[in-house]
Amino acid sequence: MKKLLLLSLMMMVPMFAQAAGGPSVALDAIEVDASDHSSLQRGMKTYVNYCLGCHTAQYQRYSRAAEDLHMPESMVLDNLIFSGQKIGEQMTSAMDPKVSAKWFGAAPPDLTNEINLRGADWVYTYLRTFYADDTRPYGVNNVVFPSVGMPNVLAELQGIQSKSCGDVSKYDAHGNPVVDSTTGKAITHESCDILTVEEGSGSMTPAEFDATIYDLTNFMAYMAKPYKTDSQRIGLWAILFCLMMTALFYFLKKEFWRDIH
Amino acid sequence: MGVGNPNRAKAESGIVRWIDDRFPLTQMWQDHMSKYYAAKNFNVWYVFGVLSLLVLVNQILTGVWLTMSYEPTAEGAFASVEYIMRDVEMGWIIRYMHSSGASAFFVVVYLHMFRGLMYGSYQKPRELIWLFGMAIYLALMAEGFFGYLLPWGQMSYWGAQVILSLAGAIPVVGEDLVQWIRGDYLISGITLNRFFSLHVIALPMVILGLVVLHILALHDVGSNNPDGIDIDQNKDENGVPVDGAAFWPYHVVKDLVAIGVFLTVFCLVIFFFPEGGGYFIEKPNYEPANSLKTPEHIAPVWYFTPYYSMLRAVTQPLLGLDAKFLGVIVMGGAIAILFVMPWLDRSPVKSMRYKGWMSRIWLAIFVVSFVILGYLGTLATTPGRTTVAQLCTVLYFSYFILMPFYTRMETTKPVPERVV
Repeated sequence: MKKLLLLSLMMMVPMFAQAAGGPSVALDAIEVDASDHSSLQRGMKTYVNYCLGCHTAQYQRYSRAAEDLHMPESMVLDNLIFSGQKIGEQMTSAMDPKVSAKWFGAAPPDLTNEINLRGADWVYTYLRTFYADDTRPYGVNNVVFPSVGMPNVLAELQGIQSKSCGDVSKYDAHGNPVVDSTTGKAITHESCDILTVEEGSGSMTPAEFDATIYDLTNFMAYMAKPYKTDSQRIGLWAILFCLMMTALFYFLKKEFWRDIH
Repeated sequence: MGVGNPNRAKAESGIVRWIDDRFPLTQMWQDHMSKYYAAKNFNVWYVFGVLSLLVLVNQILTGVWLTMSYEPTAEGAFASVEYIMRDVEMGWIIRYMHSSGASAFFVVVYLHMFRGLMYGSYQKPRELIWLFGMAIYLALMAEGFFGYLLPWGQMSYWGAQVILSLAGAIPVVGEDLVQWIRGDYLISGITLNRFFSLHVIALPMVILGLVVLHILALHDVGSNNPDGIDIDQNKDENGVPVDGAAFWPYHVVKDLVAIGVFLTVFCLVIFFFPEGGGYFIEKPNYEPANSLKTPEHIAPVWYFTPYYSMLRAVTQPLLGLDAKFLGVIVMGGAIAILFVMPWLDRSPVKSMRYKGWMSRIWLAIFVVSFVILGYLGTLATTPGRTTVAQLCTVLYFSYFILMPFYTRMETTKPVPERVV
């Protein structure tokens, strides 16, 4: 039995490693929470207001979101559907991809699976790291996605962010600044990725903006795997059932093998 | 008047007797279940055959249901998989059972094959069992390859592109051959359609047929055991092997425990880690196939990576043949050499328990090389990694090529009369 258990664990080893590939910039880590319905609802509001004009979510139905996010359908129809679509339809009310390809260089991708593709940390960091750059056609560039074709549609909320060089403090694993033990001064290093928002240029404070982007990312994570909550709920029962069945089989085997010497 | 073959086992009376007079039901039940004796000392390594069968059934059943909603066209394939995941009732469970099932299949098959190598299950008189098994392995690889294209994601597309291009490395006929397989100048809806047909009809039939042959051959000569002893040498007055236990009910209840453990782990994967950290379902596969956009890093699915590493390990052209073609030969050779295993092992004993230290060390080297090659195959190449892959490739082949020598040279331990 012990060997069998050990072996089953060995079979899972590949799951704990992450397949190769990934971005080169350090990403801000977040923990998405599919059970926080108010966060998801706020996220959906931001999505339909700021994203859906260009980016379809063509595999996500409004009605499914209404059900999963605990919103009455009438509320969704009145507040979250602007294009006269029906509640059972998919979120496709974006611009014509042929036109948008001409405007932005590439058609804005569908975002239903964006979190599956890039991960929540990437999206959360990407949406917060646009900065002013006059060399780009829309006046903005992005730290995570250099030379991105997308304009910073959230600028009215965030304000104008600029990137500059300067000394930045070093932080340890707990988020505390690292200090030189002899001089007592904070240890700094030069970085050219310092982002600062021009005060008063946006309608939100940096903290409010971060929270808004968290909600949006959370909603996109829901969209990527709308069955995730079901999966975890059913999964627990399924595993419990399998364990009980295994125990039963084990005693059955023991009973039968009494005959064999 | 008697009905049917009088020489076979029949029930006394009733409906079963009626059937027995027309079909060998009782005889078959006895041959394969109630009077099929297998050694009583089977250990944990003996559960992977039955688990392979379980996964096969899982793949067929979930496959049947997936086919009900899947659309094998370049325009609709990706969206139909999303439809299954989101709109089909319980569709996500069925799909994850199938996608994780594919990886589980290779996990149990690799462990099953390792058992064979360890206990000499391929030795006389079980050569045909081994050959049928190898044919299953080959068909399974083809099945996995064809199936991987069907979700029509970026990794599906470019993974297939890389593997198909291997055939293109064959001198003279290569390019025409690839075009013939694809049915087009590039991988297209036509390719997808034929892969779908092969995946859901042709290969499952081949695999099922081979599984029947594998089991019939096994039940004819009987199962090997961890001691490599022929249990038919010791029978009691009723002709029952004293070291054996009937498949029904003894081995069946034992296998049920393994099935329980397997299903627990399997549920853990499908409900909590269905993407297997990017190894079972790769991230780029969430983007629809695009023939104009190559992903940054293309790697085949994990169960092909040991061979993929060997392919990449060949970097030098030789005798006018280019490195890629030589790599393809090495890759093919790595699989082909497994077929002749029964004739490479010259040891007088079957089981690793009684073989000498050289056999043990070489088996360990083989396993370690295979695992390292598999790991390297998931990564991008660097000169250092290529050197390691080259070394492991040499070791992989050495295990087989040197086998006729070390198995004859080494001193073996005496095999006991009865199982321990």
